[in-house]
Amino acid sequence: MNGIHDMGGLHGFGEVPVETDEPVFHARWEGRIFAMTQVLDTTGIYNLDEHRHEIELMHPADYLRDGYYGRWLFAMERILDRKLILRRTEVDRRLDEQAANIPKFSTLTPQRQWPLTAQQKIRWGAQRPEEPITPSFAVGDRVRVRNLHHSGHTRLTAYVRGRAGVVSKVNAESWIYPDTRAHNVGDNPQAVYNVTFDAQELWGDAAEPGTKINVDLSEAYLEHDET
Amino acid sequence: MTNHDTDNHDHDHDHAHHHRHADSERPGHSHAPTKPWQATRAEAVEALLHELGVIDSARVDEIVQHYEEKVGPKTGARVVARAWTDPAFKQRLLADGLAACAELGIGGPETELLHVVENTDNVHNVIVCTLCSCYPWPVLGLPPAWYKSSAYRSRLVREPRTVLAEMGLSLAPQVEIRVWDSVSEIRYLVLPQRPAGTENMSEDELAALVRRNAMIGVAKVAAPEVPS
Repeated sequence: MNGIHDMGGLHGFGEVPVETDEPVFHARWEGRIFAMTQVLDTTGIYNLDEHRHEIELMHPADYLRDGYYGRWLFAMERILDRKLILRRTEVDRRLDEQAANIPKFSTLTPQRQWPLTAQQKIRWGAQRPEEPITPSFAVGDRVRVRNLHHSGHTRLTAYVRGRAGVVSKVNAESWIYPDTRAHNVGDNPQAVYNVTFDAQELWGDAAEPGTKINVDLSEAYLEHDET
Repeated sequence: MTNHDTDNHDHDHDHAHHHRHADSERPGHSHAPTKPWQATRAEAVEALLHELGVIDSARVDEIVQHYEEKVGPKTGARVVARAWTDPAFKQRLLADGLAACAELGIGGPETELLHVVENTDNVHNVIVCTLCSCYPWPVLGLPPAWYKSSAYRSRLVREPRTVLAEMGLSLAPQVEIRVWDSVSEIRYLVLPQRPAGTENMSEDELAALVRRNAMIGVAKVAAPEVPS
C-alpha cells in the first residue's frame, strides 16, 4: 500500500534528531510492548508481515504521532482483537474498572480463539528451505522494478518503482513473499535480489553525485530491463 | 533545532485528548496526568494476556533485560575487532555474516541472513530501513531513536552525503557512498575501517574503540587519543 510508512525520499522531516546517551527504552511501557511482541511472535497467532501491515494500516496522522512503540501497541491490540484472542472491549472494560477502583475485576468470557490448535498456528520464519527455488535473474542483469500499486502489504518501496538497476547479489534461499504472506494467502517462496540503483536514476537532477542505493527486492517485483 | 519529528518518544502523549480510542475517553477514564496513556494501556493488555495464559510476564521480564543489558553495540564491536585482527575470519564474515558471528557465540531472532559490507578508502557504506526500522538486533541490539526517525528514513536514500555531513561525517567527494535500504529479511552490518595508530592494540582494545554509529555507517571509528 502507498502509505506514510513508505518514507524513502519524502521531504519535510527536518534534521535527524540525535540524542546523546540514549537508553534502550525511553519508558518502561516501551520495553514491555517490545518484549510482549517478541513473546506473541512465538505463539503462532500472526506472522511478521501481518504485524508490519497492521502498523501500515494506522491512520497516517496517528502513525506519525504515536512513535515507534506506540505503533507496536496499536498493532498488538488490533491483531489480538481481530484474531479473537483479546478483544478491545475487554481492555477498555479493565481500564474502566481500574479507574473506578472496582476491587474485583469482572470475569473474562471464556469464548476466544485461544489456545490455538497446531493447525491454527501460523508459521514464523522468513525462509522455506523445504521448497527450493530457481532464481530468474543473475548478478549483472539489468532489471526494472515493476510499477505495482496494490493496496495490501508490500516491501516494494515506492521510490524504486519503475526504475532500472543492476542485480548485485542473488539471495537464492527460499524467501517468503511478504505481499501474500501478510494476508495469509501463501508463502510463495522466491529469490530476493540486491539491486543497485544509480542515484540519478532515482532522483534525477536532485541526486547527489557519487552515491548508489542498494535495495533488496523479491523476484516478483522485478522484470528484465528491455531498454 | 529544526526537528519536526514526533517519532522519538512519548513525552507529548500524557493527555487523554491524544488518545486514539474514543471509547476510552468516557468520563471515569482519567489517568494520573504524568502517566502516558500508552503506559496505562500496555499494563492492562499485559495483565490480561498473562491472566489468559497467552504470554508469561516473567518471560517478558527476561526479554526486556536481554535487550537492556546483554546485547548491544558491544556485541558488534567484538565482531569488528575480530575481523580487523583475523583476515581469515574477515573473509568468512563477508561471505556469511551469521555463520561467522555464530563462531563468536552471537545470534538471535529477526536476522536470517546478515550481509556485512566493508568500508574502504573509496567506498563508504551506510544502512537504513525506509519502510520500518529493520536492524541487525543480534549484533547491534535495538536501534537508536534517530535510526527510527522519519527524517533519517526519508532522507538517507535521497541525500546521504548531506545527512552524513549533518551527523558529523563529511566524506570527500571522491568517496562513493553506498546506501543499503534493508527492506527485506536480510540485515546489514557495516565493517568500518580500522583507524591508523592501532597497529599494536589487542583485539579487546580495538573492540573498545568501535561504536554503534560506525557499524551503521554514520560515523567512522575514531583513532585512539595519543597520550600527551
